[in-house]
Amino acid sequence: MNHYPAWKNALVLAVIIIGGLFAMPNLFDKDPAVQVSAGRYGSIDLELMSQVETALKAQSINYTRAELQDNRLLVRLTDNETQLQAQEVLKNEIKGDYTIALNLASTTPSWLSSLGAEAMNLGLDLRGGVHFLMEVDMEAAVKLSLESFASEFRALLRDEKIRYKKIKVEADKIVISFRSAEHRDSALAKIKDDYNDLEIAALELGTTPALTVGLTEVLIRETKNTALQQNIITLRNRINELGVAEPTVQQQGDSRIVVQLPGVQDTAQAKKILGATATLEFRLVDFEHDAQDAINGRVPPNSKLYYHRNGQPYLLKNQVMLTGEHIINSRSTLDADSGTPAVSVTLDGKGARIFSNVTGDNVGNPMAVVFIESKTETRKIDGEMVKVRRQLPQIISVATIQSQLSKKFQITGLDSGAEASELALLLRAGALAAPIEIVEERTVGPSLGQDNIDKGFQSVMIGFAFVLVFMIIWYRVFGAVANIALAANLVLIVALLSLLQATLTLPGIAGIVLTVGMAVDANVLIFERIREELRVGNSPQASIDAGYSKAFSTIADANITTLIAAIVLFSFGTGSIKGFAVTLSLGILTSMFTAIVGTRAAVNLIYGRQNRPKLSI
Amino acid sequence: MQLLNKKTNFNFMSKRKIAAVFSLLLILASIGSLITQGLNFGIDFTGGTMIELSYEEDVKLENIRTKLEQNGYGDAIVQNFGSIHDVLIRLPVHASENMAELSNRIVAALQADHDSAIDVRRVEFVGPQVGEELTEQGGLAMLYALFGILIYVSFRFEYRFAIGSVVALVHDVILTLGFFSVSQLEFDLTVLAAILAIIGYSLNDTIVVFDRIRETFLKVRKGTSEEIVNRALNDTLSRTLMTSLTTLLVVTSLFVFGGEVIHAFSIALLLGILIGTYSSIYIASNTILFMGVSKADLMPVEKDDEDINEDGSVV
Repeated sequence: MNHYPAWKNALVLAVIIIGGLFAMPNLFDKDPAVQVSAGRYGSIDLELMSQVETALKAQSINYTRAELQDNRLLVRLTDNETQLQAQEVLKNEIKGDYTIALNLASTTPSWLSSLGAEAMNLGLDLRGGVHFLMEVDMEAAVKLSLESFASEFRALLRDEKIRYKKIKVEADKIVISFRSAEHRDSALAKIKDDYNDLEIAALELGTTPALTVGLTEVLIRETKNTALQQNIITLRNRINELGVAEPTVQQQGDSRIVVQLPGVQDTAQAKKILGATATLEFRLVDFEHDAQDAINGRVPPNSKLYYHRNGQPYLLKNQVMLTGEHIINSRSTLDADSGTPAVSVTLDGKGARIFSNVTGDNVGNPMAVVFIESKTETRKIDGEMVKVRRQLPQIISVATIQSQLSKKFQITGLDSGAEASELALLLRAGALAAPIEIVEERTVGPSLGQDNIDKGFQSVMIGFAFVLVFMIIWYRVFGAVANIALAANLVLIVALLSLLQATLTLPGIAGIVLTVGMAVDANVLIFERIREELRVGNSPQASIDAGYSKAFSTIADANITTLIAAIVLFSFGTGSIKGFAVTLSLGILTSMFTAIVGTRAAVNLIYGRQNRPKLSI
Repeated sequence: MQLLNKKTNFNFMSKRKIAAVFSLLLILASIGSLITQGLNFGIDFTGGTMIELSYEEDVKLENIRTKLEQNGYGDAIVQNFGSIHDVLIRLPVHASENMAELSNRIVAALQADHDSAIDVRRVEFVGPQVGEELTEQGGLAMLYALFGILIYVSFRFEYRFAIGSVVALVHDVILTLGFFSVSQLEFDLTVLAAILAIIGYSLNDTIVVFDRIRETFLKVRKGTSEEIVNRALNDTLSRTLMTSLTTLLVVTSLFVFGGEVIHAFSIALLLGILIGTYSSIYIASNTILFMGVSKADLMPVEKDDEDINEDGSVV
């Protein structure tokens, strides 16, 4: 009764060998590396490789190897210090559309990686890095969309020569007021014709005839989703500009974005760049009216008062000549005439056309570049935390249009070279569709990360050793069998984590530790049963068989209930808690295999062929 | 070596009334403490900022406090963390322009006139809204876990056992929470995870005992329910102690070697394993006895169980 068919022994063996293979890549340390990846306009080829190698040799930086992989060039270095030096050198030397980032390169032998075996990922708490949870300001996204409808209505009514008093955005709708009900009615008809997916209502505001226009539920949902997706794209672009290898940018829920940047140290810079809401607008200066009058309250109908960052007031026309969205490239430079920091800008085809028309009509007139930042503040009002949004427009430069401008031009008036390069980066990466706010941050420095790895590893090993000794003392040969199963269980957990490319976190290690403790439970249950059976006087072979079969349903029940708790943990958890749930549930599954099937195979091999063996238990 | 070589015959259930009173008192004390002083929630739940810094030299906390006060962060809590070089700074939610940048401003302020570089080991910032959501989700998660278990156990055993196991779990959770309330140890996300793991562990223990109680009920013809439960508890005692011991060993290793970050987590686990072991004997079994479980209640389930057993022996 205590024989396994050959296929079952083979299965146990095969699972352990395959598990061992897939767990193996984790034994190899990773090399510090610098990774060069290309944007849209760069290409990764041998030419680039020789360029990189020459640059590194010129600075006598020792690298082990440079290699081309799918879409990147990887330069392996000997230590972290040269890694930083190499990044610095390459950042200066490699021109063009490339991102140069720090990374870790796997040293898994190629025969192993060709099987698809890769080391598991380390979580940010183990390798160091930043985790941000960002919330997209959806109210602002809806408001922006209403604003853009409002300006379309202005153009439409003007074109149709329908006179209106005022168009403005109020809370969640646009309110248009008219002098007479006829104007209102023809405007209603016109807008209804052109926009069939808006909610439009005619009403009287006091005695003034008016229209209110709101977004439908569907349109609101669409607007929010678009804002979220666009922000994700913009964040990706900005992260690429920062030079981070293997970043994660993911949607979470319906208004949040998770950003994970492994290895990033300068969190202040990262926060500034990721959260920047700056956009640019080009407007004509209204020089026919006096800015001083406007300060005193007489603002002309088609203009608005702005301030230069040096404090000087200007009246600018309401109509925007051009916005930042038409910018396809920008880089910081020095102005050839004055030698001051500047940003050179390249426009797309449409932008160039618009810009050359407007500037052509206005040669000799002044034009202003407005830098707009939206800020979200949290204030305490009546004991409640309330979010308040503010827009901070600021003129950064006013210049006279010397000649018709088109595809390429320069923006001057920047304070410093650093500001110029930051603005250039933001313009390149694109604006956020709606402001975002960091609602959660978890940063782990590299020293703590290494500490966590060491401590986690140490506690697994020591806990493991305790259990091994304990089991041998208590159950002797059977204990040794359980110990082998426990070791196999550890290997299988690591193999599964690597196979699933799951992320190992510190709580994940805690989950493994806990599994080590609980995995022996199955064996304890079985062995105690066998002892009981022996005590009643059953034969050794029958006792073994009864021990395994009687303990099985108990083990299954106990493990399934633990699994329920682990699954709840997983579905509720944030990143690190999930790591705990994953290792705990994987551990439960693998331990069922190793502790029941695995130990039985071993016990069968040891005692199965003897007639009346003396069990060492 | 055998811990309990001979068949033990402790009369566990003779002490069931004392145990019930003892547990009840502890539960009342826990609830009392939870009401009067509550839990010392970490920033995961309250929102706020936490910064762990490592200095090259020994740190004078007083200096750091003064510096923070000068910069307008008088409400910061500063303490050593793990060693005399390491400092943990905690700040409540500030109504300010950009809460997420608070940590950078503080590090900059501390570094300003400090000669050697300060190593920023860890920064955690949780917005007030996220904290609120976590608290809500955490409570819900615990309820879901209990509910899922209730369903599974009623399906596998019968409702008295399900109620017995859930009473034991609630007992364990309340006592653990009570300990965290009385000791005012910080209650953060990892402690919540530990409590959910305790639910899993304690249940594991309870199920093993219940399984044996059911088996004994069906096997032993004579005897009162109390005697049968006693028999089952004695039969599983050696296993209960072994498993608790091995698990305690690894968790102790986690507590001693796992580092400061998971200290609270391992304390919660240590405690939970002890309470869980006790509760599967004295709370879970006590409850089913109290509810008057008898042999007749278990008959229909037997068939089901036999099937599984047969499956089991095939494996």
